[in-house]
Amino acid sequence: MRLDLILRVGAKLILPFILLFALYVQFHGDYGPGGGFQAGVISAGMVILFAIIFGVRAAKHVAPPRVVEMMVPGGVLIFAGTGVVSMLLGYNFLDYTGFAHEFLHAHEWGILIVEIGVLVTVCGTMIAMFYAFVERGRT
Amino acid sequence: MILAAAERAQTAEQAAGAAATVPKDPAMAAVTANAETFVMMILLTLLAAITLAIIRQRNMFGVVILASIYSFLMASVMLALDAVDVAMTEASVGAGISTVVLLTTLYLTGSVEYPRPRSVAIPLFVSLVVGAALVWGTIGLPDFGIADAPIHKHVAPTYIEYSKKHEMPPNMVTAVLADFRGFDTLGETTVVFTAGIGVLLLLQGGWRTSGNSRRDDEDNELDIDGGEA
Repeated sequence: MRLDLILRVGAKLILPFILLFALYVQFHGDYGPGGGFQAGVISAGMVILFAIIFGVRAAKHVAPPRVVEMMVPGGVLIFAGTGVVSMLLGYNFLDYTGFAHEFLHAHEWGILIVEIGVLVTVCGTMIAMFYAFVERGRT
Repeated sequence: MILAAAERAQTAEQAAGAAATVPKDPAMAAVTANAETFVMMILLTLLAAITLAIIRQRNMFGVVILASIYSFLMASVMLALDAVDVAMTEASVGAGISTVVLLTTLYLTGSVEYPRPRSVAIPLFVSLVVGAALVWGTIGLPDFGIADAPIHKHVAPTYIEYSKKHEMPPNMVTAVLADFRGFDTLGETTVVFTAGIGVLLLLQGGWRTSGNSRRDDEDNELDIDGGEA
């Protein structure tokens, strides 16, 4: 961990841009390529790159395992909860028309929330899998 | 898959040979000799070369890195086919996360495959039959890039018309995935969730029972992050 100065500095430069790109992919998914799944994988990749270079212990301060494990079912709950809310508003399951007065706005909101659900689950699953593999160690 | 890739590369090379000879029909020239076709030929040839390298490689570390390169090339192929969403997924999952997970698996298992002397006949036969079946299956497919293939006639026109009528988000892929077929995507998210829970149960169930036989520095780490266990 002493001879990898270039790697560490380079990673520090790159990491925020990876996260920014993930957020761009997430929130620009309506207009450009991408969406929740891709954004989730990219942001999980950022945490994994951080863990590879700065150590798993440092990564666990950034993304605590407890939070990561809660993200795994959390995203599915957000997604399904959106459907339940739309049902409570008097529409079909996952029909977002009731979320706003205007049709287009309502559906943009619905897609946004649902994509956040996908992001949370995918990101949590990838990071949790990585932690599980790394923690196992050689017996 | 390997055979199919090799087959595709072969046909690509044949097409390259055909394009190199002066074509008689100018319309044919417009179809075959553009830059995109050239790029695709190079990519598919590289894919075949990497597949052969993976077959011959006995060092698992090399195999993982080659598989990562394969995924990156596949992502480039998707990009050339204008499927940017798929390319993004392939690059991030196939080349990124899978490589990391496979490398951590190598850390657990060891990285050299011990060659065992066994007969090649049955695997070769199975590969040839499966490859032939796949190639035979592609004969029945509609022509590449054709507009009135059955898949474009089914529900896609309804989606396009509906999203035009209501001025849905311009990226129709997002609209289809998260809105028209929201139920499907909920199912896919549940699949990711289930797979993640399964992997966590398989892997973490082990280290909690065998946590005593660890070295000291790892014991420390276990104490820090295993606090909730």
